[in-house]
Amino acid sequence: MHMADALISPAVGGAIWAATAGLIAYSSKKVTEGLDDSKVPLMGVLGAFIFAAQMINFTIPATGSSGHLGGGMILAILLGPSAAFLTIASVLTVQALFFADGGLLALGCNIFNLGFWPCFVAYPFIFKRIVNGQSSQGRIFAGAMLASVAALQLGAFSVVLQTLFSGISELPFATFVLMMQPIHLAIGVVEGFVTAAVVGFVWKARPEIVTPASHPAPIDRAALRPVLIGLLTCAVITGAAFSWFASANPDGLEWSMFKTSGHEELENRDGIHASLRDLQEKTAFLPDYGFKADGEEPEGEAESPPSWPAVDAGTSVAGLVGGALTLFMAVLIGLILKRRGNNAK
Amino acid sequence: MLLPAGFLFLFYGCFTMFKIDSNLFDIGRMDTLATGDTPLHHLDPRAKLITTLVFIVAVVSFGKYEVSAMIPFFIFPLVQIAYGDLPLTYLLRKVMIVSPFAIFVGIFNPLLDREILFHFGSIGISGGWVSYLSILMRFTLTVMAALTLIALTGFNTVCLALEKLAVPKPFVVQLLFLYRYIFVLTDEAARLMRARSLRVFESKGMGFKPFASMVGHLLLRTLDRAQRIHLAMCCRGFEGHIPILRPMRFGIREVIYVAAWTMVFTLLRFYNLPMKLGLFITGLFT
Amino acid sequence: MSHHTIDGKDLHYIYPDGTIGLNGISFHIGHGESVALVGANGAGKSTLLMHLNGCLTATQGELSIGGYPVIAKNLKVVRRSVGMVFQDPDDQLFMPTVFDDVAFGPLNLGFPVAEVERKVTQALETVGVPHLCKRPPFKLSGGEKRAVAIASVLSMSPDILVMDEPSSSLDPRARRRLIELLKTFEHTKIIATHDLDMAMDLCQRTIVLHGGRITADGPTREIFQNDALLADSGLEKPLRMQNCPQCGNPCTDETKDQVHSHVHDHAHVHGNVPHDH
Repeated sequence: MHMADALISPAVGGAIWAATAGLIAYSSKKVTEGLDDSKVPLMGVLGAFIFAAQMINFTIPATGSSGHLGGGMILAILLGPSAAFLTIASVLTVQALFFADGGLLALGCNIFNLGFWPCFVAYPFIFKRIVNGQSSQGRIFAGAMLASVAALQLGAFSVVLQTLFSGISELPFATFVLMMQPIHLAIGVVEGFVTAAVVGFVWKARPEIVTPASHPAPIDRAALRPVLIGLLTCAVITGAAFSWFASANPDGLEWSMFKTSGHEELENRDGIHASLRDLQEKTAFLPDYGFKADGEEPEGEAESPPSWPAVDAGTSVAGLVGGALTLFMAVLIGLILKRRGNNAK
Repeated sequence: MLLPAGFLFLFYGCFTMFKIDSNLFDIGRMDTLATGDTPLHHLDPRAKLITTLVFIVAVVSFGKYEVSAMIPFFIFPLVQIAYGDLPLTYLLRKVMIVSPFAIFVGIFNPLLDREILFHFGSIGISGGWVSYLSILMRFTLTVMAALTLIALTGFNTVCLALEKLAVPKPFVVQLLFLYRYIFVLTDEAARLMRARSLRVFESKGMGFKPFASMVGHLLLRTLDRAQRIHLAMCCRGFEGHIPILRPMRFGIREVIYVAAWTMVFTLLRFYNLPMKLGLFITGLFT
Repeated sequence: MSHHTIDGKDLHYIYPDGTIGLNGISFHIGHGESVALVGANGAGKSTLLMHLNGCLTATQGELSIGGYPVIAKNLKVVRRSVGMVFQDPDDQLFMPTVFDDVAFGPLNLGFPVAEVERKVTQALETVGVPHLCKRPPFKLSGGEKRAVAIASVLSMSPDILVMDEPSSSLDPRARRRLIELLKTFEHTKIIATHDLDMAMDLCQRTIVLHGGRITADGPTREIFQNDALLADSGLEKPLRMQNCPQCGNPCTDETKDQVHSHVHDHAHVHGNVPHDH
């Protein structure tokens, strides 16, 4: 459930990145403050372990498909929230840079979706509550299962919201939710089984590794609350700043408003719409762009696309011809440079 | 509508699960590329990182139906590939293989958004196809930018640049450690898998129990290794701080590089070059 | 710290799970001595090594390095004078590049940058791999990794070198090169190893451990000729001291020249044949 740059608007990507950056800073501070410097190599090696463990697959009975360790929950259990969050963030960063899983703008979303929920929500409020310092095979299983499912459900829902608010994908909210949640329920259950089995295995072999992580003073909620509030404020402010910025351009967040307005969730839509359109008309630049909002507003159904940008056939042919030419020139420049580089050697 | 969507997603799920091993071995190749000796390789990593980020923001800030205006942006990755002496086909292949998410989610656009946006000859092009094309274009551009950044700079150097750009040190150290041990641990996992496959004769997949114990063993070994590394660090005076010496110089060349590209991106972002060109050319014929 | 000596008095160590690691060990290692530490798996070699730089602290008994007791207060001094080379170079080389790894110690010791760079260059030149400076560790061969691991310790200018299985997983040529390299070091050396042939090449003195105790401590050659002792300690004679594989006659360094040049017509040289263990 990796988000991708292609599906995300700068406003959403930027806002979530701000929240993620805040979480990274907070976790880094926590990890530095924790006096246990043996965590430094432990986090690194466990991050690598996630990659290695994902090479090992098992067959899910009666489905013919296979499952493997996702990793978020197990890291939270072994390392505690802050260290686990940094580790997950590092794993996703490597994936984004090398496997191009998602991309750099969407990386913020991915870290948030796959890191925040398991580390700061599912682990402290579900796993720890259930295991509650008295490890047993049954409690570990229940805790790991519920926490994994919850973390993945929340993560999947975040993907839906981020995609929706970005407004690049055409998928309506309800369809997307109905697709994402059940599939991630299945993935969550598999993840829960795997996490429970592996944690149980380690717990039997070396109880001290699992127990202390679930033992020490329950997560400092007094300290977490200001952080959460801070993050929220931060996200809202950047979101607002970005949406102002985005609405200065004829795209981005404004579009998502446009789209969601088809649903019943967003009340007072005329107000928002009108003011947005107002703003856009005032700030629209490059009038020959064929972009200015002059179409009629779509209302009611979610599926009907707005009629702006009103592209007429003439401009689109021009766009195609010009596009092909530019592409050709770009490739040509590249080839010439390459040839020159080779000759220079 | 829901049913095929569900199947597509299931397929996507299976697909991602097999990805990891085939992809891992590419990391080494990317690092080798980064040891190249072109002026671009020698540029301060911060300059390359900042330029790439500006590029990505510029690309994703386009409207959802925008296609033609994005095309000139290919100039950035292509110039980097040419000047950096990178293998174009290899990078393109990587772009093709990776990240099916955009392609899978994007494919719903043509299905859902059927309103005809314009006619091309007698064929009506729906908004969905245009926005899908736009998604694929964004995807290719952003992924290519990220890949060329790594291929020109190397992962470790990008991390050190991050540190100089005020990313918290523990996170940077975490990235470096992770990267250092990916190979060591995937080797270990591969050994475990090989040892098992030598003893299992039918080519059936692994059951859950052996799977869990194999991953568990791998985890125990990993924990032991972490302990040994910590000892080795302590023996060499580690007290919680990782010192890294890596002088970087953000000189006039870097300033020019970042400024020039930023100007190009800004220009291309607000001025639809292909459209102008196309209008000019179609104008010649009418 | 002018005397690079190690003194252990009645060292005991019991692991948290109750396993006995050391069970009353006393020894003295003098300045510049080169000592092999041999014993079967689980004999206590690694446990003892861990004590030498304070990674483990004896539950009973006293250990001092260069006159400083190994206690928390002296750890910095002790770790600076004892350079520890781990068995798996992948555990020791954790930094992004060879340079960073070799510089890690000196930087932690607080040397100025120019001095650190000088030390790194010097250490890499000593082990013969200055060209690897910018490479990431995962791209090195086994022998190169070992060399860099040693350099990462040498750069801290230790007085005492402690090595755990330095010749393990090296190919014959890399092993030979390592032995030649170690011969040139004037440090006090303690080498824990199963490679008894290497021990013969490098160490005049050998300490045999068995079940957490010292079962023998003396000149290497004498110890390796004591079949009963070796058998009791779960060891085997070094290959070069075993009978000639072709004629079955005993063959020691003293006799090999005459025996083989006169009695046998097959030409092979004992003692210089590299063996991989």
